[in-house]
Amino acid sequence: MSNEIEAIKDPGLPAHVHRKADTDPVAEKRAERQVAILFLISALGTVLFIYAYYFIPEDVFVFFPVLGNTNAHQLFLGLGLAMALFFIGAAAIHWAKTLMPDEEVIAMRHTMRSEDEDRDALVKTVKERAGAAGLGRRSLIKRSMGLSLGLIGLSPLVLLRDLGPLPGDDLTKTSWKAGSRLVTDPGDRPIRPQDLEVGAVAQVLPEHFGEERRALSDIAKDAVLLIRLRPEEFQLSPERLSWTYDGIIAFSKICSHMGCAVALYEQTTKHLLCPCHQSTFDVPRAAKVIFGPAARSLPQLAITVDAEGYLIAQKPFSEPVGPSFWERSS
Amino acid sequence: MTARERVAGTVANYVDERTGAAKWMKKNLTKVFPDHWSFLLGEIALYSFVILLLSGTFLTFWYDPSQREVLYGGSYVPLQGLHMSAAYASTLHISFEVRGGLLMRQIHHWAALIFMAAIVVHLMRVYFTGAFRKPREFNWIIGVGLLTLGIVEGFLGYSLPDDLLSGTGIRIAEAIIQALPVVGSYLAFFAFGGAFPGEAFIPRIFTVHVLLLPGIFLALITVHLMLVWYQKHTQWPGPGRTEKNVVGYPLMPAYMAKAGGFFFIVFGVTAFLGAVASINPIWLYGPYNPGQISAGSQPDWYMGWLDGLVRMAPPLELHLFGYTVPLNILIPGLIIPGILFTGLALYPFIESWITGDKREHHLLDRPRNVPNRTALGVMSLTFMLVALLNGGNDIIATTFHLSINQIMWFSRIGIIVLPPLAFVITKRICLSLQRADRELVLHGRETGRLMMLPHGEFVEVHEPISPELAWKLTAHEQAPALALEDVDARGVRRAGGLKNKLRKRISQANAESIAKPTVNDLTEIEHH
Repeated sequence: MSNEIEAIKDPGLPAHVHRKADTDPVAEKRAERQVAILFLISALGTVLFIYAYYFIPEDVFVFFPVLGNTNAHQLFLGLGLAMALFFIGAAAIHWAKTLMPDEEVIAMRHTMRSEDEDRDALVKTVKERAGAAGLGRRSLIKRSMGLSLGLIGLSPLVLLRDLGPLPGDDLTKTSWKAGSRLVTDPGDRPIRPQDLEVGAVAQVLPEHFGEERRALSDIAKDAVLLIRLRPEEFQLSPERLSWTYDGIIAFSKICSHMGCAVALYEQTTKHLLCPCHQSTFDVPRAAKVIFGPAARSLPQLAITVDAEGYLIAQKPFSEPVGPSFWERSS
Repeated sequence: MTARERVAGTVANYVDERTGAAKWMKKNLTKVFPDHWSFLLGEIALYSFVILLLSGTFLTFWYDPSQREVLYGGSYVPLQGLHMSAAYASTLHISFEVRGGLLMRQIHHWAALIFMAAIVVHLMRVYFTGAFRKPREFNWIIGVGLLTLGIVEGFLGYSLPDDLLSGTGIRIAEAIIQALPVVGSYLAFFAFGGAFPGEAFIPRIFTVHVLLLPGIFLALITVHLMLVWYQKHTQWPGPGRTEKNVVGYPLMPAYMAKAGGFFFIVFGVTAFLGAVASINPIWLYGPYNPGQISAGSQPDWYMGWLDGLVRMAPPLELHLFGYTVPLNILIPGLIIPGILFTGLALYPFIESWITGDKREHHLLDRPRNVPNRTALGVMSLTFMLVALLNGGNDIIATTFHLSINQIMWFSRIGIIVLPPLAFVITKRICLSLQRADRELVLHGRETGRLMMLPHGEFVEVHEPISPELAWKLTAHEQAPALALEDVDARGVRRAGGLKNKLRKRISQANAESIAKPTVNDLTEIEHH
């Protein structure tokens, strides 16, 4: 016995084991019948599909356990289609598994690498052809070609310029102006402080003039949330306190993180929660971030009342609303 | 010659005289494909793609890609009289008035989820079995490209109905674009044709969703399949299977019938899901309005990990010289995914650098026999899983009555602690499995039969395993670590010493394994 380490040997491909249908004519017949039955079930599925399309009314609901109340038209249309498709597959695979040849065969692989002489011949050809074209010598052509190809690559970029306008001050300005009345959304009704009870929340927008409906891109910046607390609950700087009115505080509803609507207000904790990424803002402390990924408080809108007693904005937002961007200065 | 043979012959002759197809067909109809259930995963992805093309084409016949505001007057009563985009109204029309429309919408959405799931599981199969090794690196990169484009394509499709949920998704996408330093707000305004949401975005992403990306998909999938065809499929190690051969079933007829049949099975199951499992009931969400939102806003699962990363990001924002860099968006939204996908794409090259192995490989690895790779894979999956769980933290919190803050902190800590832990545990499990394999080969199978020896001791009877199984369990290579010298033959230190050291260190860790049994071990046991 040598001391060389000897690996366990490959016993080679095991002998083929015949299936029952290969040797037994009865089993073969049975398999044939099974395949045919599977194809027939598929045909039935298509019949069900066509029946459902034409004859099951679209407003009939049926109750099934687990599924609940289900639209019968849609359900049977789908079940018919599923049956028709699935059983074609089942039949084909059963056919392949029972009746088609199942003897494993061996084929040889070839390495990906080309033969050396082919590679050499290729190198020779490329060199010859490139030499004939003078690719190596004519540097003037090469450079000017590089320049023109590089420049033409710019043209799609130029063409795409008109995709949109430049941002300008669009990201920093909203429709809120000094004296804008706060109106309910939906409803567009101006509101008085007494319309809000302590603990209540309302979504408002700046008063909108003109025939046209409010643009969604305006709502995306203008949406404001009004919350009424007891005045003594505020923990605000004197300046910020002067931005509130009689316990009513107004914040931009557009999350300072990624712009979702900050819509979940927990009355007991006085927290505002953004349902997208769970940034949590503490209302009595000027919507300071107390949890989650947001890095900035919600911008506060300074409010007061006008001569008729309706809530108005004292002045526009003092900072841009919504998510951060490069040019934002604070 | 029967009449049928004559007709077939005439047609075949006609085609062959114009294409010379006979030679190619003769060779390829008997092409051999190895069989294993795990090779079907990529097929599921391919078939889902076909289902997506078919169902998607149907949907475009009624879908109106426009953000023009219309007054809804369709048959769904709760939304009647509401202003909404034409995109949303036409999606409602498909769901309620077009017969089979809702079914097709649900099949399309289910097929998209299955498409992405199949790609991910297929990728895991390829990764854990080492099928990406030379000569298949190009196909690996194409695959990573398809995965990435699939995420984008899925997100765009999810956005098209323009309901409250998908509009919120677009809002978040806009915030990511806007967060880019220097060019962010410009790019956002170009993409949306002005301020968010504008009226340009839906028509634009429609073109990208139905034309541009599917075109790129078709091209990449074609190359992917041609390479599989040309390079021949990998196979599992087993008796009679070597690096030089391929053992399996010829294309015609069995493999053709199975693969063709499998398409119908996948389509059938997708249709069944579309029929019984409601998905994305957009009529419940209402039209998009940037001032509104619903609780439990969730992306589709393949975006969930990204959302989860964004959710767990610490509130960091840089303010420099009057400019803002929102790290809380850039790090989880762009930088980490960028690192993950680049690493994924480069993995075959990293591994071959560690092992120094530049040979072709056609036999697959059993994951346990490559503990480091397997552990790294499980580690990455653990990272993704923690991120994905955190993407559903609000749902988890309300379902299991937990505090969302606790879940978030669990994720923040878990995403750093759990992946390395998963690496160590997986590696140990792999080595234990190797030990178990060795045991099995050397001592045979436990029969469960007890035998009493003359002196009263009980022993369990072990039965030797078949030579086929013994071969299968020992067919793998156990390469030693790279022998990298820090100094060359003349005793001079090599350049790039640190890189060399790192490579050596990783290579050593990589080579750690339980010696596979040899014939010598077996004979030694017999002598005892």
